Amino acid sequence: MANSDAIVGWKTITFGCHILEPGNAANFRTGDWRSQRPVTDKEKCIKCGMCWVYCPDMAYSQDEEGYFVANMEYCKGCGICAHECPKDAITMVPEEG
Amino acid sequence: MSKRVGIEVSIAIAEAVGLARAEVIPAYPITPQTHIVEHLSEMVANGELDAEFIPVESEHAAMSCCCGSSAAGARTFTSSSSQGLSLMSEILYIPSTMRLPIVMVVANRALSAPISIWNDHQDIMVQRDIGWIQTFAENGQEAVDLTLHAFRVAEDRNVSLPFIVNIDGFTLSHVIEPIELPDQEDVDKFLPPFKPRYKLDPRRPITMGPVGIPEVYTEAKVAHDMAMKKAKRYILKAWDEFAEIFGRKYNPVESYRTEDAEILLVTMGSISETAMTAVDAMRDEGQKVGLLRIRLWRPFPSQEFRKAIGKAKVLAVIDRCLPPGAVCGPVGAEIRSLLYKIPGAPKIFSFVAGLGGRDVTVARFKEIVDKARQFAKKRPRELYEVIGVREK
Repeated sequence: MANSDAIVGWKTITFGCHILEPGNAANFRTGDWRSQRPVTDKEKCIKCGMCWVYCPDMAYSQDEEGYFVANMEYCKGCGICAHECPKDAITMVPEEG
Repeated sequence: MSKRVGIEVSIAIAEAVGLARAEVIPAYPITPQTHIVEHLSEMVANGELDAEFIPVESEHAAMSCCCGSSAAGARTFTSSSSQGLSLMSEILYIPSTMRLPIVMVVANRALSAPISIWNDHQDIMVQRDIGWIQTFAENGQEAVDLTLHAFRVAEDRNVSLPFIVNIDGFTLSHVIEPIELPDQEDVDKFLPPFKPRYKLDPRRPITMGPVGIPEVYTEAKVAHDMAMKKAKRYILKAWDEFAEIFGRKYNPVESYRTEDAEILLVTMGSISETAMTAVDAMRDEGQKVGLLRIRLWRPFPSQEFRKAIGKAKVLAVIDRCLPPGAVCGPVGAEIRSLLYKIPGAPKIFSFVAGLGGRDVTVARFKEIVDKARQFAKKRPRELYEVIGVREK
C-alpha cells in the first residue's frame, strides 16, 4: 500500500506520528486495493466535470482534449463518479488479473 | 513567601493548578473529584484564574476536549475518578502516543458493581497501560507538589507525555491538612510557559492523529514506549529542581526503616502513612520490618526498586485492586515479573486489601507481615491473599 518512503524505523518516525507536510497523501499510491475501476465512454461524455467535482479523493483531472480521467494510483473504485454522471457515460468494470 | 494553611486537599490541588497557570480546563464533576474542578470553575468565574473552563457533557468529551486544547498549544488540566475515568478510557490512549502533555489528577475510587464511591485503586489499574506518566501521592502536601511536578515534566520537550497524579479519594481529596502553598514567583521559576514542539496552527498546518497502517503502527508504539523510558531521567531531574526551589525532595521509590529489614511491605498512596505507623510498632516489638512506597508507577522505576530492596528476604506487596481470575493484583504481578529469576531476589507474596473504602489499619499491616513470614516458611496454596475478608 505505502511506498517505501513511509517505511521508517521508530527512531525516525515523526514526533507523535504527526504528518508535518500538508497533503502528502499525494506522495503515496493509495488506490492499489481497488476492486473495480471507472471507464468513461467518450461518445457519451459532455465534459461537464461532475465526476471531478464528486470524486472524494481528487483522483480526476482533465486531459488535453478536456475529458476527465481518473488517476488509477489514487482511485479506490467507489463508483460515486459513475453514480453522479448525468449522461451515464461512466461504467464500473471489475479489476481483473 | 509561601504560606502554610489548613486547607482541604482538593482545594489545595485546585490552587496549585491555578499557580501553574493552567489555560484550559475541560472537566465533568464526579465524586470524589468534584471539589477540585468546582474550585477551579470558581477561580475562573471570579477572575482569579485566566483560563477557559469548559463544562463538558461527559468525561469522554472532557478528555476529547483536553486533546484538542493541548494540541492547540494550551496548558491543559482535568480531573476525574472511577466511572468517569472509565468513560474517558477510549480517549486516554490517544494523547499519550500523540505526545500531548495533558495533566490530570485522579481521585482514586472503586468501580461498580456494587456501586461504591469509596477509595481503592481499581479505577486507575484499569488505565494502567494508557501510556501516561503516573505518580501516587501519600498526603495533601505531596498531592500539591506532585501536581506542579506533573506540569513541569509533561511539558518538558524531552518528555511531551500526559501525566496522571493519583490521590486517594476521600482519604486525601476530602481531608483538611496543613499544606504549604508555594509562591507564584517560585512556581513561575519552576514552571516556564508551555512551548510545544508542534501545535495545531492554521499558519503552519500539520496533521495530528493520522491512520497508522501496519507498516508504521509498531514503530509509533515503540517510539512511545521509548519516550516513556527516557522520561524517567527528566522526572528525577524535575524532582531535584523542585527540591532546590521548594525544599521538599521526592524519589520514585521511598524507603522507610528498610536498613537491616528482613520483611518489606510494598504500598502505593495514602495507606503508606498507616503502614509507617505499623512499621514503627513492629520495630518496637523487635521485628525487622520496613516499607517501600512506590511513588512513580509509570514508567516503573525498575532500577530504583531493585536497589531499594537491599537484603530483604520477603516482600509483602499490597494491591488495592482485585482483578478476578488473575494470577494476583497488578502491583504484585509487576514486582514478581521484575524480580523473576534474579539471583538472591526475595520471596514475593501478594495481598489485596482496602477495597471500596475499607480501612487498612495498623492491625491489618501486622497481619500481612505475620502471613508473609508464615508463607516464607510454608508456601501458600494461593498466589494472593485477600486481607480482612469475612468468610461467613
